[in-house]
Amino acid sequence: MTLSRLRARALGRPGRRVIWALAATVALGGGVAEAQPPIGIVRPAHEQGQPLSLLGRELYAGNCASCHGIDGRGVGSLAPQRGVGAVKGLGPSLRGVGALAADFYLRTGRMPLERSGKQASRQGPQFNEREIEALVAYVASLGQGPPVPQPHPERGSVAAGLHLFTEHCAGCHQVAGEGGVLTGARVPLVKHSSPAQIAEAVRIGPFLMPRFSRRQISDRQLDSIIAYVRLADAPVDRGGWGIGHLGPIPEGMVTWLIAVVLLVGVCVLLGRRLS
Amino acid sequence: MIRRAIRFLDQRSGSAPLLRKSLRYLFPDHWSFLLGEVALYAFIVLVATGVYLTFFFDPSTAKEVYHGPYAPLRGFHMSHAYKSVLDISFTVKAGLLIRQTHHWAADVFVAAIVVHLLRIFFTGAYRKPRELTYVIGVLMLFITLLEGYLGYSMADDLLSGMGLAIGYSVALSIPLLGANLALLIWGHPFPGDPSFWSRMYVAHVFILPVVIGTLMFLHLALVASRHHTQFRRQARQTERRLVGVPAFPAQAPRSLGLLAAVAAVLFLLGGLVQINPVWQWGPYTPSLGTNGAQPDWYLGWLIGGMRLVPHFDVTLGKYTLIPNPFWGGALFPLSVLVALVSWPWLERRLTGDHAAHNVLDRPRDAPTRTAIGAGFFTWVLLVFVAGSADRVTVAFGLSYPAQIWVFRVLVVVAPIVVFLLVRRVCRELHQAELIERDRERAEAEARQAAGARAPRPA
Ligand code: HEC
Ligand code: HEC
Repeated sequence: MTLSRLRARALGRPGRRVIWALAATVALGGGVAEAQPPIGIVRPAHEQGQPLSLLGRELYAGNCASCHGIDGRGVGSLAPQRGVGAVKGLGPSLRGVGALAADFYLRTGRMPLERSGKQASRQGPQFNEREIEALVAYVASLGQGPPVPQPHPERGSVAAGLHLFTEHCAGCHQVAGEGGVLTGARVPLVKHSSPAQIAEAVRIGPFLMPRFSRRQISDRQLDSIIAYVRLADAPVDRGGWGIGHLGPIPEGMVTWLIAVVLLVGVCVLLGRRLS
Repeated sequence: MIRRAIRFLDQRSGSAPLLRKSLRYLFPDHWSFLLGEVALYAFIVLVATGVYLTFFFDPSTAKEVYHGPYAPLRGFHMSHAYKSVLDISFTVKAGLLIRQTHHWAADVFVAAIVVHLLRIFFTGAYRKPRELTYVIGVLMLFITLLEGYLGYSMADDLLSGMGLAIGYSVALSIPLLGANLALLIWGHPFPGDPSFWSRMYVAHVFILPVVIGTLMFLHLALVASRHHTQFRRQARQTERRLVGVPAFPAQAPRSLGLLAAVAAVLFLLGGLVQINPVWQWGPYTPSLGTNGAQPDWYLGWLIGGMRLVPHFDVTLGKYTLIPNPFWGGALFPLSVLVALVSWPWLERRLTGDHAAHNVLDRPRDAPTRTAIGAGFFTWVLLVFVAGSADRVTVAFGLSYPAQIWVFRVLVVVAPIVVFLLVRRVCRELHQAELIERDRERAEAEARQAAGARAPRPA
């Protein structure tokens, strides 16, 4: 039904007009509430002039402290709540997570989280470059932690990377890095992650992803994994149009939506009545 | 020239009467009768491309280290089987084109059979005297599923290995027989002993194609001997009257054109659209796996079935009597097979119609059949769609468990709703036609009466 017809109807029956208006208000209001994180980003008034250290502290206090605690020790929940991954409470302690974790969570737009108890999803960063720098430095200053890693994928071997990736990662992320589903989590695509983000994710183990120590995956091996993920982002599609590198599902769609449609069309054309 | 060649043949084989008869065979003049031919031609492409592939494929599980042209796999330990598929894709002349065309042809072959089956079902073409033709057709469909599964599995890449693992778990899950059956087929607990590969290979390139070919021949011979069915063209067309166009010169060019079109579409897909890029998946080792591994589309309904069945095992004390994969992976397809095969007899029971039928129903002419069919295929379709719920989650963010529950409800409710709805629509259409016909007859009578009364113009 088109909008104008809807309106005509609504106008036609005065009794219903009120109901339509109400419904529209609720729908619109609901949509807006859904689209905006309940906590908007809080910024200090004269952000440009502030030194980084002060900016970091203020941004933290305004946007992060409610879940991670004013001193970065985390906030246990008052009411018993289902934890996110291994986390119980509103947010984990940030002492000792270092620049590495802060860089990952801020650059993938995961923090600040909308609300605890929900899997963080990747999106564009919610802070600008200077703000991220300030926050990362601030979180790093909360305790001794690892710095932002600097991987060298060019030193890695793609073959070793493919092997390591199928061994450690493909069970969740799919061989071509296209993502998938786990009980209790959506597994994101890895193709869009930068080399540093991949290195960070492997060392952090965000949400349900396991954390890999240097003993399990050395930095050298990590370089290879990243080299492979880069290949997966632009794979060798010798066979033509890659249709998403997911295998059978898009192939079935091509079969039905292209081949079958074409061939039935041919049948209809060729089968036009002669008699 | 042609005349001479035919005379030559006839004098040595006496084949002219047969030839004359087949050239005069009357084909029904409706496009939907060409759907089965699409399947036939896809099968021809399958055999032709398959023969080429056998020249290069090596069904051996012996391991070697890869040194071929595809750099990301250099240094990998892999079976000869997987290596030979890589070689077909990267070094054999036209290898990738033929391999991809073969795979597309398999996907299209099964799809064409399904479309053809739908036409047969909804027009009641399976009724006496063609039940045997129909049953052979359904059997061919299911044998083709097995044939496709074997072809997919032989490449020994990551996806095919995982597919075999699922197949193994389904075989094991069959009550009483399972363990022995699995051992009989695999020869050794998963991944099986090397002879399993030669078994798969012989079945895929020889036994099953010959079985399918033979059934296809029988199918066509039966169609010809009972003659095609046809739609009602004239108001009082009897069951015995044949109408249609002769094989020559009408149907033969049509069929040749269709053969060319099918081959063209398949080879175009083979050349332009990538299918199963095994080099991207890497070789299989039982300890490895990938998220979202799927079989080819025509087995997707089994994955869907296994996902929708709630997680429970039938146990007796410590023993698992019926492991979970049985329901979705074995019982579900088996019940679809049984339902399809027994349908002609079931319908006869329901309607009490034991007569022979050469004239087809339109779907609306048999509201109950059409409604049952629509409900039944909706059921299978929903299970099939549920098989890709995980990709919907990744692509659109819809919660996976929520989807599974929605599908569980839909699978029960939707077929009933579709049944009622379709029956209603068919009945209305049918009613409307009857009313229309009555009115036309009444008008014609009125006109006649008026004409009789009016004085004849001089
Ligand atoms: C609504 C609550 C909430 C807010 C607000 C929030 N976080 Fe978080 N944060 C979480 C939860 C819950 C986790 C654990 C999530 C996970 O593992 O996916 C987390 C994890 C983290 C981690 C990783 C910790 C680790 O153990 O590796 C960092 C770093 C982080 N947050 C930084 C921040 C920063 C910086 C901000 C402010 C810009 C912020 N968070 C705002 C709830 C929140
Ligand atoms: C148990 C399943 C699992 C395994 C194994 C796993 N991951 Fe993950 N990974 C996840 C999940 C779940 C997330 C999403 C975390 C979140 O939403 O906060 C994730 C996130 C990531 C991200 C961030 C992507 C983004 O959207 O920003 C990268 C990069 C990543 N993983 C790389 C890897 C690599 C490399 C490996 C192998 C060494 C690996 N993962 C192994 C489950 C897994």
